[in-house]
Amino acid sequence: MNVIEVNKLSKHFGKFKAVDEISFEVTHGEIFGFLGANGAGKTTAMRMLCGLSLPTFGQAKVAGFDLYKDAEEIKRNIGYMSQKFSLYDDLNIRENIRFYGGIYGLTDSEIKTKTATMLKNLKLEKEGNKLVKSLPLGWKQKLSFSVAMLHEPQIVFLDEPTGGVDPITRREFWTMIYEASDKGTTVFVTTHYMDEAEYCHRVSIMVDGKIDALGTPLELKNKFSASSISDVFIKLARKAKRGDD
Amino acid sequence: MAAVKVDSIKKTFSTGKSIVTALENISFETLRGELFGVIGPDGAGKTTLFRILTTLLLADEGGATVDGLDVVKDFKIIRKQVGYMPGRFSLYQDLTVEENLSFFATLFNTSISANYDLIKDIYSHIEPFKHRKAGALSGGMKQKLALSCALIHRPSVLFLDEPTTGVDAVSRQEFWELLKNLQKQNITIVVSTPYMDEASLCNRVALLQEGRILDIDSPEGITKKFKKPLWAIRSKEMFRLMQDLNKMTEVESCYPFGQDHHVVIKNASLINLLENELITLGHIDLKIKAIDATIEDSFMALMK
Amino acid sequence: MKQFLFFVRKEFLHLWRDQRTLFILFGMPIIQIFIFGFALTNEVRDSRIAIIDEAKDEASEAIIHQLEASQYFDIEKTISEQQLVRAFREGKIKLAVVFPQKFNEQLQHTNAASVQLIADATDPNVANTLVNYASAIILDYQKQSKGFEPFPYTIKTEMRMLYNPQMKGSYNFVPGVMAMVLMLVCAMMTSISIVREKEMGTMEIILVSPMVPLRVMVAKMVPYFILSAVNIASILLLSVFVLDVPINGSLTLLVTECLLFTLTVLALGLLISSVSDSQQVAMLISLMGLFLPTVMFSGFMFPVENMPVALQVISNIVPAKWFYYIVKNVMIKGLGFQSIWKETLILVGMMIFLMTVSIKKFKTRLE
Repeated sequence: MNVIEVNKLSKHFGKFKAVDEISFEVTHGEIFGFLGANGAGKTTAMRMLCGLSLPTFGQAKVAGFDLYKDAEEIKRNIGYMSQKFSLYDDLNIRENIRFYGGIYGLTDSEIKTKTATMLKNLKLEKEGNKLVKSLPLGWKQKLSFSVAMLHEPQIVFLDEPTGGVDPITRREFWTMIYEASDKGTTVFVTTHYMDEAEYCHRVSIMVDGKIDALGTPLELKNKFSASSISDVFIKLARKAKRGDD
Repeated sequence: MAAVKVDSIKKTFSTGKSIVTALENISFETLRGELFGVIGPDGAGKTTLFRILTTLLLADEGGATVDGLDVVKDFKIIRKQVGYMPGRFSLYQDLTVEENLSFFATLFNTSISANYDLIKDIYSHIEPFKHRKAGALSGGMKQKLALSCALIHRPSVLFLDEPTTGVDAVSRQEFWELLKNLQKQNITIVVSTPYMDEASLCNRVALLQEGRILDIDSPEGITKKFKKPLWAIRSKEMFRLMQDLNKMTEVESCYPFGQDHHVVIKNASLINLLENELITLGHIDLKIKAIDATIEDSFMALMK
Repeated sequence: MKQFLFFVRKEFLHLWRDQRTLFILFGMPIIQIFIFGFALTNEVRDSRIAIIDEAKDEASEAIIHQLEASQYFDIEKTISEQQLVRAFREGKIKLAVVFPQKFNEQLQHTNAASVQLIADATDPNVANTLVNYASAIILDYQKQSKGFEPFPYTIKTEMRMLYNPQMKGSYNFVPGVMAMVLMLVCAMMTSISIVREKEMGTMEIILVSPMVPLRVMVAKMVPYFILSAVNIASILLLSVFVLDVPINGSLTLLVTECLLFTLTVLALGLLISSVSDSQQVAMLISLMGLFLPTVMFSGFMFPVENMPVALQVISNIVPAKWFYYIVKNVMIKGLGFQSIWKETLILVGMMIFLMTVSIKKFKTRLE
């Protein structure tokens, strides 16, 4: 079953085609890697799929909801986490959880139970009342991910979630992603770490607003005669016109 | 003479009620003309260290010299002769490429033509866009412009704070190629980066984590110190493989590393036992290979 | 030197390319002059008043005629007493003039005529003004008709409005507008410009360079100094040619004092930038800490002499207060340096003090 269906989705800013007729599907429980150079159109595409920006034309359905008609329903059924912003630094952990839980319509008792479970899983039971800004970056990122999953969404969008994080935490983070996917959550993730692309079920690479490669890591490596996704990426990105523009 | 010498530096910051130790007992030296990397994740203290070396912050304890000049007493002279590129390529977004470059040239009492040979390779990439506003450039272009601006006065030491962060893989590669070329001009380059794979591109590196140095050596030197038996293992179902490996007693650690899992076994002789166990558990397309450690493996082992 | 000029040039480029801000900085003084000059006024014109004439005789009709002719009043139809209360309640009239029966008779024979003026005092200022206007007209009639004063030994008051005979509000506002505009341009914009460099990270690069920090500060102030000079010129031109506000004193002295005030406020802007970490903080401090006190305590909107002593003392540290006094004296009263040397000295003192403090506070390091 497809949780994301995209057909010729496009976003134009005047004459500039930020996203140029991209098409793909993502199935239930898949870890989908969405790669591309800066300026290739990744962020713009993600924003559309999250219901944050209206496409210029093309169709898409996220969690069964139409991008144009039911943007608000989409937001209710997805989770979102980015490197740049996740939790409020000047609130403590419990307060952050309560805030996000409230936004997504969880009841007080649900929030209470989930908070306890989350703190236990992350081994943060004693730190519940600590301000987020006092946490090391690695903990923050793992916490952000858990909070994004708080309302048990069908799909979770992760925008470069492991940027700047230490190598051990990065892997622990991906373990959390694996576990989520195992339980049936679809994960849509962008990253600059090429080795992380290997952890995805399928990967797409955007160049100049279009999707130039789409498939499992193995398929792509074979297709482009490359030894790693990093190689595939470099081969494709070097062809890009927009990088030098 | 050491180009940069750091001696037992300690730096703390107080944020409201708590005190954060950004750097603890940091000491190292770089040789003249070396490409020296400071490798570490966010929060390791890289930016704080760079700011102390470029005289923008004062250390609580310890001292440092750049080109033989003390960072506290001789800060005015140091400021005239080092090149500095702070994080997030601080450029003037509303000035053009050319205007940015000539501004920085004049700031250092020189001109673009005076040291053009030094930046020629780098600038040639962006020269076609010299009338474009810096804000309208792509990440890779901004990087190159910032580097040109930092080099314009032919500094003896160049400090680059996370120049490749947030930039795509291709631009990152190109950037390091440019740095290697610069080395030939006998400029000492001190670079910080969170990307472990970039460590192998340096002459020597310091691994930094939470304000402490984990190790200082050449990349090969560091990886050679990894004594434990390391194996790369892959199978058709990577997640289940990882879960299974983590439950096995002979396994000390198992971490995903892209296409393989890097597994540290307690004793090299146990590898066959391991393989049989995995086959029994139903793992197909099993591939097991002994490998040398990478910088990342070493970093992770040193972290613990 | 070349370094310095280049820096100044860069600052001008920033300013020039930020078109939205440029529009505000250039356009604002012009717009304010027009608003204050034409739209806002303390004068009260065409106020609606009602007249109840129970006398309907020669005297009352004469006075009514003069009231009608006045530009201050707009006469509602003369109404009955019952309608009066309703008219006040509905806000249709602000003043009522009531002539009792046999008004003229009383005036001629008993020297004890009275006219009642009823005013809507919910706005006491307006009420006062209207009562005064009406009284003046009535007194005027009395003089004209009788030719002699009703009581002996009366003191004849002869009024002369010095410097501003037409009592135009704009004479008051022009110096005030100048102070406000300079405050905004110099303090707020300068501080924002410096803090922006800090936020962008380019300040770090500038610090790690041969450029002396003091020169950086001065270079940042130069474009706004020049912008202020242009603004002063445009305000003065508009005032003279559009609002008919004269420059009675020496133009050179006036401009010099304006530039002195500009420098003082620039120093303030510099000081704000050294204690602000973000542009929003700089803007807030400028607005709340400078602009508001300027409006309140300079004296151009509210008379400082009427404030409690504590506030009067506070008003002394507001540079705009001294500037306002100086400009009024030179521009409107046409006085020379002898009358304002003390205030000038105070401003100079403030400027030196602020410059010193802000230079000391300017951080050559990041902490």
